[in-house]
Amino acid sequence: MTTISTEQVAAIARLARLAPDEAQLETFARQFGDILGYMEMLNGLDTTGVEPLYSPVQHATALRPDEAAPRCTREDVLRNAPEADQEFFIVPRIV
Amino acid sequence: MSDTSTAIVSLSLADVRDRLARRELTAEQVTAACLDRIAATEPAIAALLTNRGEAVLAEARALDGAGPDPAKPLWGVPLTVKDALTTAGTRTTCGSRILGDFTPHYDAFAVARLREAGAVILGKTNMDEFAMGSSTENSAFAPTRNPWNVARVPGGSSGGSAASVAAGQCFGSLGTDTGGSIRQPASLCGCVGLKPTYGRVSRFGLVAYGSSLDQIGPLTRTVEDAALLLSVIAGHDPRDATSAALPVDDYMGALAARKDLSGVRIGVPREFRGEGIDPEVSAACQAALDKAQELGASIVDVELPHTPYSIAAYYIIAPAEASSNLARFDGVRYGRRAESPRDLADLYVRSRAEGFGDEVQRRIMLGTYVLSSGYYDAYYRKAAQVRRLIREDYEKALARCDVLCGPASPVTAWGLGELTSDPLKMYMMDVFTLSLNLAGLPGLCIPVGMGGRSGMPVGLQMLGRAFGEGDLLAAANVLSGALGVPGVAPACEGA
Amino acid sequence: MALYEAVIGLEVHAQLRTRSKLFCSCSTAFGAAPNTNVCEVCSGMPGVLPVPNARAVEYAARMGMAVNCTVNPVSVFARKNYFYPDLPKGYQISQFETPICEHGHLDITVNGQTRRIGITRIHMEDDAGKNIHSAGDNASYVDLNRSGVPLIEIVSEPDMRSAEEAVAYLKALHAIVVYLGVCDGNMEEGSFRCDANVSIRPKGQQEFGTRAELKNLNSFRNVQRAIEYEIARQQDVLEDGDAVVQETRLYDAVKNVTVSMRGKEEAHDYRYFPDPDLMPVRIAAEDLARWRADLPELPQARRARLMEQHGLSEQDAEVLTADRALADFFEAATAVCGQPKKVSNMMQGALLRELNQRAVTVDAIAMRPEALGELVRIVEAGLISAKIANDIFGELLESGAMPEAFVKERGLVQISDTSAIETAVDEAIAENPAEVEAYKGGKTKLISFFMGQIMRKTKGKANPALVTELLQKKLG
Repeated sequence: MTTISTEQVAAIARLARLAPDEAQLETFARQFGDILGYMEMLNGLDTTGVEPLYSPVQHATALRPDEAAPRCTREDVLRNAPEADQEFFIVPRIV
Repeated sequence: MSDTSTAIVSLSLADVRDRLARRELTAEQVTAACLDRIAATEPAIAALLTNRGEAVLAEARALDGAGPDPAKPLWGVPLTVKDALTTAGTRTTCGSRILGDFTPHYDAFAVARLREAGAVILGKTNMDEFAMGSSTENSAFAPTRNPWNVARVPGGSSGGSAASVAAGQCFGSLGTDTGGSIRQPASLCGCVGLKPTYGRVSRFGLVAYGSSLDQIGPLTRTVEDAALLLSVIAGHDPRDATSAALPVDDYMGALAARKDLSGVRIGVPREFRGEGIDPEVSAACQAALDKAQELGASIVDVELPHTPYSIAAYYIIAPAEASSNLARFDGVRYGRRAESPRDLADLYVRSRAEGFGDEVQRRIMLGTYVLSSGYYDAYYRKAAQVRRLIREDYEKALARCDVLCGPASPVTAWGLGELTSDPLKMYMMDVFTLSLNLAGLPGLCIPVGMGGRSGMPVGLQMLGRAFGEGDLLAAANVLSGALGVPGVAPACEGA
Repeated sequence: MALYEAVIGLEVHAQLRTRSKLFCSCSTAFGAAPNTNVCEVCSGMPGVLPVPNARAVEYAARMGMAVNCTVNPVSVFARKNYFYPDLPKGYQISQFETPICEHGHLDITVNGQTRRIGITRIHMEDDAGKNIHSAGDNASYVDLNRSGVPLIEIVSEPDMRSAEEAVAYLKALHAIVVYLGVCDGNMEEGSFRCDANVSIRPKGQQEFGTRAELKNLNSFRNVQRAIEYEIARQQDVLEDGDAVVQETRLYDAVKNVTVSMRGKEEAHDYRYFPDPDLMPVRIAAEDLARWRADLPELPQARRARLMEQHGLSEQDAEVLTADRALADFFEAATAVCGQPKKVSNMMQGALLRELNQRAVTVDAIAMRPEALGELVRIVEAGLISAKIANDIFGELLESGAMPEAFVKERGLVQISDTSAIETAVDEAIAENPAEVEAYKGGKTKLISFFMGQIMRKTKGKANPALVTELLQKKLG
């Protein structure tokens, strides 16, 4: 049985920039325990010498010629910003 | 709804396309019929997140003005598109609050192909948030309901697309399939759903969930319609490095060439017959296999011995990729930002905590955990090794047969709210679909009748070799033609 | 420092000189208006995908070859996950387990001692954008023009033992990237930047001490001073009986100190994994062979050859090989006149002076190396004086005119006709009887006074050797 503490969940949440409250932490901890416990079945499978398969794609990446061409306008880029002026995205002051 | 409208929306995509091309129907008539049907069914099923409404009538009129174009294989055909695909000028939410009213300036490759082919895009369909779910109950907005019984789920995550097609709101829809998200809702809603080979359809403009698993495909009411849509959206895209440069087969030609199933070896994996399958599902699938034999197919026993590991491997790989893919939703450049953040840290955390639903947060954290320092080898790398073994299983099985068959879902559509409290149990619902995404192979789900107990649709999944969509569609077309399709669902309260 | 030894490793980021970004077609041009070289890909919008730039791969491989690395025919892009407003995707696309180049080295010479510095790896990655902080309105402004610009990171082994060695290594790397043309080497614009890992240990000890990572070292001078400061600081810490803390420290060039960033950054867990949007990058054997074949002669080898072949001093050779175009210019000019030392002098004098005044590089001027060679030749042949050559250099540089035709057309050709000079000499003697007396009385230094008089009369065109000869004869 895998157990995950609420402290561990809180640490993961910090890395992922999430902020579960106390009740959510407990729920997530219990569910992660179940889910990771279920995943322990993989340990029963001997994969020695098996090359990991990270993608089903068989071909190599096709490269792009080095040609510069604009794809859109600054207005397109800034249009959906929660906060922007005519030139920049704006965020609360860093440091 | 007028009788004319009802008659129009009951047509297949291929049929309406031909009538439009012959000018027996105008694009405006067909589009108006769909809008009528949307107005009549949407209150009961909530299949759409964005209904473009009257705007599409103007597009249809413009098409009528220009006249049919033989170079445009979908001229005047109204379709819907899952909200996981970007649509230039139309809000794209991916079923999440975090995207706010994000309106991209760029079309997904597949969407652009539809537009170039002359299709009318009616709206964007509902989905589990970021395609994470099997019931569309994880939509941040509202659950979609099954048009065959609105007390039940349509499946997911492309539940809005499946419901929209089954209810006759449109003639076809694009969905996305990361672990069964096209095939399973197609199964639960009694329509045809195709997940192409990974790399067959460009992922450009598909809001990524599990990048090495995601694939776009059609949901339609007939196999022929699915072939038609795939012909339009398949192909190489230089903007997707994972898209295959292989030529696109002539799918319509493949369909026309096959009249029966003689010579087709159907493999039935032992692991797809085991316990946990509802008897009404087993019975309908068996009847379909019997029919296939009548049509000339032979049945071969095969094994996919690593199938029991697929759920564990999938729920490591998909969340790991998702945890990284969803990092860009940070409230800085687009989408929802928390009100008056104290500082940058607060902006990130609150925008994301408020913007993502529980299931998405659960998978982001799960993925963060399995990639984190000290756990990578035990989880992510191990899962990737298992993934290779799963693919090798498929390769061995497909060396002994032409098509693999099994249920797409172990059960027919369940009631809303029945499984939401237990994520692991919900994950188990994907057992027959997700190993195919791990292997990257194509799979098709066809309706094979209504369950004897529930009266809800049962779907049969047919899986094939990489880039073998032509063979798969041709075999499915013969079988589905013999079995018949359920057609348009009633989609109303108390049905 | 007698008791301690410093251990230094450098991580150098060089911006590759491509036209477009690493994963999209946006321009890499420096200095564009904010957020104008930005698209859906480099601003990390939903659903977009990266497609790698072929030239970036080529440049990274060429750099690897130049520093004796193994170039891996298959390399893998991986995601490095962290949050920052200038990082639109929430991850950087870098290379982790399988970088494009590994196991290289570079030889440096400091105080006559040559040392081999190991190069662990070179990998490709995309740059972040830029945050601009405003004091006034409590906000930061994000400009993504730089986001997605291709970089290589060159990671050295901890093989350097002093600030001088670190700077020598960095200068050598800089010369190579510029030579290859894979990077413009501009440190002010951030095209070439460096972080240093510095630790100290008691002499003779094998194990490394705890290291500090120094950032913000944006000039050779800052690298030198920051490392020197840091070595001294760590020594003080150890001598006080304290322990050095593993941390990132920012160099403050104004105060010449390094300052801890502790508390301002949290523990990182980058969660690297292969980028599922990008398949492994394969480089064809033919491409590798072709790039290796046209690898240019590198600065070190060229310096040695210039000293050997043309008899230049080490210092002259170093100046001339610091820039590939300058060295090419030197060799082409020398081929015309066969006077390497004179060419070297004229280049380090007049040419560099004029280039600095105009703030341009040698490949941006109209003057061809053949012209400079001809200029040296006509000075040596006595057609014009060195002074005239110096005076007209700026004009030649601007116009690209060939010197011999130019001086003839302007009537600047030196007077070597004895009778014409003799008239001027006679006049000068007649006009200055007092100075003649003084000269004859032993003030022989007055010869330069007469030289000046004669040059004024001939507008500088008199052949100085002839004038001296005549003066000495006539003044007795």
